[in-house]
Amino acid sequence: MPTMDDSLSVPVTILRVRKETSLIRTFVLDRSFPFSPGQFVMVWVPGIDEIPMALSSENTITVQKAGDATTAMFALGAGDKLGIRGPFGNGFTKGEKVLAIAGGVGAAPLLPLARADCVMTLLLGAKTESELLFVDQLDECTDVFIATDDGSLGFGGFVTALMDDLNLGVYDRIAVCGPEMMMRAVLAKVEEKGIAHKTEFSLHRYMKCGSGICGSCCIDPSGLRVCRDGPVFSGDLLLKSEFGHYMRDASGRKKNL
Amino acid sequence: MVSIRPGPVTVGGVALDNHLLLAAGILGTTGSSLNRMLSLGAGGVVTKSIGPYPKDGHAGPCLAVLDDGILNAMGLPNPSKEFVDEVAPLIKKPVMVSIFGGNPAEFARVAGWFEGKVAGFELNLSCPHAEGYGAAIGTDPGLVEACTRAVSATGVPTWVKLTPNVTDITSIGKAAERGGASAIVAINTVRAMRISTGLRRPVLGNRYGGLSGSAVFPVAVRCVYELYESCKIPIIGCGGVSSADNVIEMMMAGASAVEIGSAVLNNVKIFETIKSDLYKKDGLSPKEIIGCAHHG
Repeated sequence: MPTMDDSLSVPVTILRVRKETSLIRTFVLDRSFPFSPGQFVMVWVPGIDEIPMALSSENTITVQKAGDATTAMFALGAGDKLGIRGPFGNGFTKGEKVLAIAGGVGAAPLLPLARADCVMTLLLGAKTESELLFVDQLDECTDVFIATDDGSLGFGGFVTALMDDLNLGVYDRIAVCGPEMMMRAVLAKVEEKGIAHKTEFSLHRYMKCGSGICGSCCIDPSGLRVCRDGPVFSGDLLLKSEFGHYMRDASGRKKNL
Repeated sequence: MVSIRPGPVTVGGVALDNHLLLAAGILGTTGSSLNRMLSLGAGGVVTKSIGPYPKDGHAGPCLAVLDDGILNAMGLPNPSKEFVDEVAPLIKKPVMVSIFGGNPAEFARVAGWFEGKVAGFELNLSCPHAEGYGAAIGTDPGLVEACTRAVSATGVPTWVKLTPNVTDITSIGKAAERGGASAIVAINTVRAMRISTGLRRPVLGNRYGGLSGSAVFPVAVRCVYELYESCKIPIIGCGGVSSADNVIEMMMAGASAVEIGSAVLNNVKIFETIKSDLYKKDGLSPKEIIGCAHHG
């Protein structure tokens, strides 16, 4: 065992890499990190960068190829090392009867929630059938309804349309993770139905420290920190906010969505 | 414990709500997070350092949390001129804009963007981990004096934040004073490194970083004490302050106010926590405490 402080990055070895879709892979690690669904870790790709990632289980991170660090990760395999800090953040609020809504790689933090046995129904969306994440794993633990943009599997259209077929009053919590424009559409729908307060959204923002002090992930107008006060926020807090409109880049400049 | 009487606070030409400021680089990237810290009890706030051009900062990891401190190398990420819009809603509040540049002209240019829109400037002449900026200038008394003069000429209160990574901090403090600084802020982080034995490389992407938090508090107290003996302008103590007793100790060394940064890690409401311990109606006047460790 390394004799370092526990709060420093923990070195882990990749045991294997699973290809989930053309753009998404799951990295199985040799160490477990007890966490609450929705919490994240800072993943250090040595020599490249450190980025926030949701845990898809205690010893897996599920990654979509997007920037430098994730591209570098896709070149890694069994035996290669990463550093892990965390878990950080708040995670989803516990519920008895949860509706989960996932878009694309947003299914990653919702899989452990579904496995915690509280998700009654899960709406799973992606652009096309081959990009649907964790269909089989989710099917094993909850009632899954699928939407694809191109109609290649399930409903043809956005995942938000599936909400119209559900009696949303049945659920005590709604947990949402996916692309921000999809989440904004969900927020509009739950606001219209007066249930934004029981709906939670997992936000993605550029982060440097992951520890709640650098301020790079703070959201307007509350100034709350996505890494520490989030990444999961109640819908009513996000209604009149930057959510769905803009985010900030590494320099702190606003970028419209 | 020694406590102080609440009352109006003006330090280095800036009116503050209390003696405790949010240090530069902590939750200072957006106007809304600065506003949140003011509403959580900060007597003033210092923004993230703003430079002449936007910068993304260093590749991560940018931060390592240690048992008694924080090691960081952010690399001066900043939105540059667009930051004017961030602080605009905070006009008339005790907001100090931290500024960095590569030469006196750049300091003056950045200061010009904010003139009339903020309470004052804090010059970052001390960042220990960004090439050509910060400490690269802050270790040279001639450059410190020139950069300070370039900004103090605006007539806006100009504080100068010093690096402890020098042989004699008083020579730098005196240079800032000659340049027209209205106060000195001491100290910025202490140049440091940790290595991941598991990954066999430094824990920061930039390899070198700056140490803050409780670990550097004794260094900060020493620097404030030395500066109080050699400079006439007020000193703002910064470095590892995490309790009301630490504030009193800094004041006894010579600080007229303090800045708090790393202590926010464990408690975002640290300002309220310290205020409730620090201020008592029957407390002493700050005048009786500031620099009192120098007498006798």
